[in-house]
Amino acid sequence: MTHTQEQVVTVRPEPSQQPVVEMRDISITFGTVSALDRVSMRLFPGEVHALMGENGAGKSTLIKALTGVYTIDAGTIVVGGEEHEFHTPAAAQAAGISTVYQEVNLVPNLTVAENMLLGREPRRFGAINVRAMNRRARQTLERLGLDVNPGSLLGDHPIAVQQLVAIARAVDVDARVVILDEPTSSLDADEVEKLFDVMRRLREHGVAIVFVSHFLDQIYEIADRMTILRNGRLVEERMVAETSQLELVRLMIGRELEVLERLDRDQRQAAVSSETPVLKAVGLSRKGSLEATDLTLYEGEVVGVAGLLGSGRTELARLLFGADTADHGELEVRSSRRRLRSPRHAIDRKMAFSSEDRKAEGVIGDLTVADNMLLALQASRGWLRPIPQATRARLVRDYIQALDIRPADPDALMRNLSGGNQQKVLLARWLITDPDVLILDEPTRGIDIGAKTQIQTLVADLAAKGMAVVFISAELEEVLRLSHRVVVMRDRRKIRELPNDDVSVSDVLEIIAGEARQTEEGTA
Amino acid sequence: MTDTLDRAPAPERGAARPGLAGRLLGHQLLWPVLAIIVMLVIDVIANPSFLDVRIQDGHLYGNVIDIARNSAPVMLVALGMTLVIATRGIDLSVGAVAAIAAAVACTRIVESADEGAASATILASTTALAVCVLLGVWNGFLVSVLGIQPIIATLVLMVAGRGLAMLITDGQITTPTNDTFSNLASGFVLGLPIAFLIALGMVALTAVLTRRTALGMLIEAVGINPDASRLAGVRARTITWTVYVFGAVCAGLAGLIIAANTNSVNANSLGLWIELDAILAVVIGGTALTGGRFSLAGTVVGALLIATLVRTIPSIGIPSEANYLFKAFVVILVCLLQSPRARAALRVRGRRGAQPKAVAA
Ligand SMILES: Nc1ncnc2c1ncn2[C@@H]1O[C@H](COP(=O)(O)OP(=O)(O)OP(=O)(O)O)[C@@H](O)[C@H]1O
Ligand SMILES: [Mg+2]
Repeated sequence: MTHTQEQVVTVRPEPSQQPVVEMRDISITFGTVSALDRVSMRLFPGEVHALMGENGAGKSTLIKALTGVYTIDAGTIVVGGEEHEFHTPAAAQAAGISTVYQEVNLVPNLTVAENMLLGREPRRFGAINVRAMNRRARQTLERLGLDVNPGSLLGDHPIAVQQLVAIARAVDVDARVVILDEPTSSLDADEVEKLFDVMRRLREHGVAIVFVSHFLDQIYEIADRMTILRNGRLVEERMVAETSQLELVRLMIGRELEVLERLDRDQRQAAVSSETPVLKAVGLSRKGSLEATDLTLYEGEVVGVAGLLGSGRTELARLLFGADTADHGELEVRSSRRRLRSPRHAIDRKMAFSSEDRKAEGVIGDLTVADNMLLALQASRGWLRPIPQATRARLVRDYIQALDIRPADPDALMRNLSGGNQQKVLLARWLITDPDVLILDEPTRGIDIGAKTQIQTLVADLAAKGMAVVFISAELEEVLRLSHRVVVMRDRRKIRELPNDDVSVSDVLEIIAGEARQTEEGTA
Repeated sequence: MTDTLDRAPAPERGAARPGLAGRLLGHQLLWPVLAIIVMLVIDVIANPSFLDVRIQDGHLYGNVIDIARNSAPVMLVALGMTLVIATRGIDLSVGAVAAIAAAVACTRIVESADEGAASATILASTTALAVCVLLGVWNGFLVSVLGIQPIIATLVLMVAGRGLAMLITDGQITTPTNDTFSNLASGFVLGLPIAFLIALGMVALTAVLTRRTALGMLIEAVGINPDASRLAGVRARTITWTVYVFGAVCAGLAGLIIAANTNSVNANSLGLWIELDAILAVVIGGTALTGGRFSLAGTVVGALLIATLVRTIPSIGIPSEANYLFKAFVVILVCLLQSPRARAALRVRGRRGAQPKAVAA
């Protein structure tokens, strides 16, 4: 991220007002799992309150306890000075608590404007006034600096835009409390800045904002106070300005974080990539999503794709994998030149693709963790050859351990896992297929800092063993830390490809901006 | 039925908190099984000898045996429907397919050189089931290749199929005379009705095919999240296509049994509304219309419940005009007791009552 530490966090004295929301000793158990154990949290008007903790710490559950998605087993919730328990999310919304849940909960086959104003559409003579609705939606979107057509279908947009629409919806209502559960997990630095502007404005108007993010820089930039959770328990409430990053990490994970430095060393070692091309795309294009693009992947290298939202990075990944079919161009996988007609084709050629949209394109919620992990392997073996029990158990156990998935229960239902843990299961799904080409679109989305380094290390190790990896992330630092080669994209095409010898984030941004200037001069 | 049309994922609610026991099969089938028992008790009160089973010529006779036999067609249709529903689909054409199968089989038998020969039945039934495969291929094509909504896609055959069956029988009520054929419905093996054994056999076969292989899991994956399944390499299209073919074959078998029962086929009325009974059986058995996880055992119980219900209505002297009303009443009751939201409401009430104790402790 580009925002630096120069931004000094204003030290806010203990507010004299009453908290707008106070949750006291909240407990929630699911079956035998205790998700929250006597957790308390206070929200004051005009503050940004960060909810911190590792994957599965209970952040989302605490939020859902407040908004009435879950009924609490014990504890009290005080809203505006009165004890209050919401029984439905709608009731919480009506009481001025506006929430963006971690998994975007909008309707893909309604338009952007309909989604934003669902339930409070402007009406004229009883009928919905579509023009007024679109106008109002456009205004709100513009405040977030978002250039989308309010009349387009929500499902046609990438997950980051859907996330922004959800945020726009939440900040458009007159709310006392705005809750944002990992709103920035797939946003670029620019969008994050715009979101922060909106958040600052809301804060000035006395709104209390709950903010969840695994990016510590973001916390230090925007948050005033924080509540730290670990394993469903309250660790401490802190002022952000009085807590160092190191201290915060220790509070979250309960020990020192040692692995942070390791990666760079590892990666340097592995930086010799071979000369054997595994995948070669020539002039790959698809109308409306990608202009003709060439890309060659070699054994043992990590190719990072850098580009802003809408640059075509996800589209490139989908075409490489055959998730979408290319209109033109050729794709050679291990010198077989057959056109990829489906993901299945790609998988048969030992490719793997982890989508950025884990809810819509990854998670099979009603199946178990084990079934979710083994799905791709099972599908490629065919239905007649079920994976033997012993192999199943071993694979699942190994990967639960390797990726530290919690709860470590193969039979847990996937939909009951926390967002970050679901993401780990999906990674495992692809690692289990032992691919030659691994395409990762936002693989660390929603993953906590400890696990993130762990996954980055894993990717570097896999590449060192000969796997070719395409690594896409909105977080440029992460892309640059991992990759041997960087592909920079803009306006749905590749504008530059360069070896990664100490390329910096500002170098990449400069390339993107430079290209923009050129285009403008060209048209002028 | 709006559930099938509404493809939006179910919102996460407080109800998404099944206790451990909630996932146990026993729990899920508790209410339907209880309903069957209650009905049988009512039957016994109305007629103390209701449960008696006689042995005659080495065959078992009695009301319970009748229920088992009569449940066969619905059980078969519901079996196919279970897999179709698991993929988020629905098949409204099963009644028409049953009629076509029966029409083909009966006319073939009547037209064969030796109308009474066992070979005539075998040949005719095979032909009929082959026709069903084609019909299933048609449905599957519309749904999985052309991407037409299942309810609309199968409506086509539901309407057109009866016409096709009429064409086959020339609009006549065809009445074959063939002992082998009528044995499909009224015959016995090992003392049990052949029809029931066919249905159970199909259930067992399906159970092995889905649960001993990975097929069941893949079907569920497709039903829960088709996009994610496709990206994971599941051949979603082939799977969807296959379940429609399977559903049509099951419906065809049911059609043969129904025709054998009366030794006749009336293309207009054979298997009429059986799709609704089948869907009910599936839902009562705990397979959600929104697709995903399915329960074959549940479907068997659901079919038995419907057969018991049909038997109970006359035996307790409910006038035949009130037949459908009573059926609707029982079905609503069972579904209500099974509905997660209704159960959650009950649970919340239970917990509220217990709360003071928890606070005091
Ligand atoms: N409906 C549920 N049923 C069973 N367990 C659940 C359910 N919802 C959450 N849990 C469990 O509660 C714990 C807390 O989950 P939660 O989603 O609150 O984590 P989180 O802090 O938001 O993590 P992340 O950073 O990954 O989003 C996890 O162990 C999760 O598996
Ligand atoms: Mg969460």
